[in-house]
Amino acid sequence: MAKKVAFLQGNEAAAQGALYAGCKFFGGYPITPSTEVAEVMSVELPKVGGKFIQMEDEIGAMASVIGASLTGAKSLTATSGPGLSLKQELIGYACIAETPVVIVNVMRGGPSTGMPTGPSQSDVMCAKWGTHGDHAAICLTPASVQELFEETVRAFNLAEKYRMPVMVMPDEIVAHMRERIVFPEPGELEVIDRTAPSVPPAEYKPYDTRFGDVPPLAGFGSEYRFHVTGLNKAEDGFPTTKATLVQAEEERQIRKVDANVDDIVQFEEYLCDDAEVAVVAFGSTSRSARFAVNEARKQGIKAGLFRIKTFWPFPEKQIKALGAKVKGIITPEMNLGMCTGEVKRVVEGQAPVTGIFRVDGEPINPGQILEKIKEVK
Amino acid sequence: MSFDYDKYIRPGKLPHIWCPGCGHGIVMKGLIRAIDTLGLEKNNTAIVSGIGCASRLPGYLDFCTLHTAHGRAAAFATGVKMAKPEMNVILVGGDGDGTAIGGNHFIHACRRNINMTYIIMNNNIYGMTGGQFSPCTPTGAKASTTPYGNPDPAFDVAKLAIGAGATFVARGTAYHATQIDKLIAEAIQHKGFSVVEILDDCPTTYGRRNKYKSVIEMMNRLKDVAVPVKAAEKMTPEQLEGKIITGVLYKEEKPEYTTEYAKVIERAQK
Repeated sequence: MAKKVAFLQGNEAAAQGALYAGCKFFGGYPITPSTEVAEVMSVELPKVGGKFIQMEDEIGAMASVIGASLTGAKSLTATSGPGLSLKQELIGYACIAETPVVIVNVMRGGPSTGMPTGPSQSDVMCAKWGTHGDHAAICLTPASVQELFEETVRAFNLAEKYRMPVMVMPDEIVAHMRERIVFPEPGELEVIDRTAPSVPPAEYKPYDTRFGDVPPLAGFGSEYRFHVTGLNKAEDGFPTTKATLVQAEEERQIRKVDANVDDIVQFEEYLCDDAEVAVVAFGSTSRSARFAVNEARKQGIKAGLFRIKTFWPFPEKQIKALGAKVKGIITPEMNLGMCTGEVKRVVEGQAPVTGIFRVDGEPINPGQILEKIKEVK
Repeated sequence: MSFDYDKYIRPGKLPHIWCPGCGHGIVMKGLIRAIDTLGLEKNNTAIVSGIGCASRLPGYLDFCTLHTAHGRAAAFATGVKMAKPEMNVILVGGDGDGTAIGGNHFIHACRRNINMTYIIMNNNIYGMTGGQFSPCTPTGAKASTTPYGNPDPAFDVAKLAIGAGATFVARGTAYHATQIDKLIAEAIQHKGFSVVEILDDCPTTYGRRNKYKSVIEMMNRLKDVAVPVKAAEKMTPEQLEGKIITGVLYKEEKPEYTTEYAKVIERAQK
């Protein structure tokens, strides 16, 4: 049987990806340019017995998805820059309470209200550093409608596997463009559910490290009763200020991601093997970069593309290795140097890193990148 | 035979953090008696709170308990209730948590008429942070941030709840301890969003600054200002000056949110 093919908008694909992953709850608040995610969820969730709620504000939306997730429901919210700023308080809560949730954040111009309908890639630092305190972060930056579907599925998998909030961050171009998408069959993509407790209710602790860095999470309304707080907590979930416990708890939460970078980080290398100039790009900008690399090759320049799919954790190892073998790296991005700074940090001066920055609401076109490739080679 | 509170208290979690003379413990005992009267199943009952002294209450009780962020209890609880409508969901918290930082979530939970019960312990002050004025601090009162007297007018929590659409609103006081469980039980039984405001006392951060010589004096004030609904009906506005009406203030049957959403699911699946 032929697979189902559709001409779909990015945001619609994100919603479909969430449904494929088994999402049963959406709490949101209207915001351009992510609103279509909420609209599709409002149509589709009740059909599968799921729940959709439009909350009173962005913070309430974030709170509702954490509450729903604690009952066992895979939960999604969607927003954009200003909403992401508001959600930061409770993104931190989801981190410390180790509650799986997925946040689709469509990147538009900022700061503040910025340019609501203009594309941007300027929320990537907010994904890692937005909420206060030390915490791990996972942020995926898809580059096509198909990938937005698949990465939303993966975001749910990572959220459930590592018990933490995971962000999917398409830029406005990826979220609003329409492309052909081939729907995976049920079972074709891996779908991961959170690990259920294996101990009897009387022995259950929601942060029991006997089971490793990611302890099993029970659900409210089951036979397991437990306490959840935003305070630093001991293994039983109750607040503690005991120095050794707090230190260990914080380090474990960081380790959930740090020790599993190879499981989480995904990237694509295109013509990088013999490349002398590498373009490191993500999201829609990587599509301009691919075009520019192809053009450069036609002109005899050994150019390659390293496409970041997982922005956090940052593909440090791979980009460091890339820096060791190329003469120069170009980092085009729709912000004023967020990814560029990270690339410089990991390359450690092995190769010069040249940014191309645009924050005028226009995409970076292939010509701009090609020009820079010629300069750098 | 005396009532066995231990049945509902988590072993090893007492003593609580509340100061001597604080009324929160009286409210907690009232809540426990109400839950016992109704026979609510522990596994099927969530108690959700925000931040503040009153919001520490869930940690002491042996239910599914969720101590959220400041002001956010109603929003977290809405997620729990929507995802599992069969659960009993009870919210607890203080006046600052519920009506200042959590004001928006509070009024929208009222508006939706979602079947949860919200117990607001109103002690007219931010206690945990050391006594700053809240939206429920009376005008003229002293707080650590109103050293010259509070210029702000105060919220009437019950009126706010009724205005926002809550379909059951009651008020009690920490002095009238035996009434608390009855009000809470009736609130939990009501199908819709129910609010129970309990006038409470904070001897440590409010009483001291406002010339209350003792906890007893604060408790006596609660006794003196409270007028039951029935008695109030027979009183003139002049007689009611400075009094606070207690009991069930408002009750109405209206479509409940999760029931209405179940109909949405039915329509979507047709």
